Amino acid sequence: MKCTRCKQKPEVHLRAHNAAFCRPCYILYFRRQVERAIEHEKMFGREDGLLIAVSGGKDSLALWDVLIELGYRTTGLYLGLGIGEYSDASHDKAAAFAAARGVPLLVRSLALEGPGLAVPDVAGATRRAPCAACGAMKRHFFDAAAHEGGFDVLVTGHNLDDEAARLLGNVLRWQRDHLARQRPVLEPSHPKFVRKVKPLYLVSEYETAVYAFMRGIDYIVEECPNAAGATQLLYKDALNRLEAESPGTKLSFVKEWVRTTQTLFTQPDRDVPGECQQCGMPAYGALCSFCSLVREVETRRERRVRRVPAAQGA
Amino acid sequence: MLPGARMRVVLHPQRRTVEVQGRRPVRRLLAELGVLPGTAMVIRRDELLMDGEIVEDDDEIEIRAVISGGAP
Repeated sequence: MKCTRCKQKPEVHLRAHNAAFCRPCYILYFRRQVERAIEHEKMFGREDGLLIAVSGGKDSLALWDVLIELGYRTTGLYLGLGIGEYSDASHDKAAAFAAARGVPLLVRSLALEGPGLAVPDVAGATRRAPCAACGAMKRHFFDAAAHEGGFDVLVTGHNLDDEAARLLGNVLRWQRDHLARQRPVLEPSHPKFVRKVKPLYLVSEYETAVYAFMRGIDYIVEECPNAAGATQLLYKDALNRLEAESPGTKLSFVKEWVRTTQTLFTQPDRDVPGECQQCGMPAYGALCSFCSLVREVETRRERRVRRVPAAQGA
Repeated sequence: MLPGARMRVVLHPQRRTVEVQGRRPVRRLLAELGVLPGTAMVIRRDELLMDGEIVEDDDEIEIRAVISGGAP
């Protein structure tokens, strides 16, 4: 086998693309794939201020590296989730990446936003799955930071495997409202939202990991301790089994979804969102989903405090 | 080669180490360890190995999973 581009000895074989690349050619290939997605989906331009949600993992750091190399105006946003040593280590990776490249990194921490807001505490108090609580809080802080910072676009590192797993989950339950929103570009539905884009939506996590490795990016290899048993991992495993037998399955699943089918799903008629009475961010009710979650945590904590003295007095 | 020398394979993120004896292609090593193709990078020193490449006794191999996920 030879490098598809230069015919030298290859280092990576991409079965889904029936192509192999040496290291220098792979780096060019990967950047071109990302660039093509940005251009094809009209995600953003050179003049836009981009806020990149970074976790310290391979996807967000590989994406940030590509966008820096392509000359875009980028700022990173790291949200500390309060998941013990895992969060400490992931913060260190994101901070070291930004420092080495001289790019700005905004850091927020759930534990500093209010008592009991670390992901494990919220999940425990509300009896939600940690990933569900985490997703709701991330969305709120990413939206708020993009609005407050005056950024034009919020960029996330969701890759092909993430999108395929999400699509499979949405199809298995025919979640029409979720399917209507599963696009690589999501336009804002309120002046306080910014456009959200996923430039990695057609590159697999193997491809992002290879790029990060070849570029010497020091990312967090450890899995989030809360992810064990997450449904998304079950879907990824099922899709990887299909992919092993039939390379290209994940790519065509997501690519054809976006190209031919996604537009058949429209969002249910909903009023334009108002603003949350608590934080001022867009909300369909009196409170946005994040502030509702915070209130639920506070209510349960108050109940528990009231119960303890009662039990002690008994 | 020393008699009985084995290949040392470190799996990440599990931080599990296994020892394997004998030459074999990467794809067979992955199959023996129950790793699906395309779900892990196989690294020897600073180089990625493709499925058909041969690993052998005395090699130090890292198999680094690429799957992450949880929150949507």
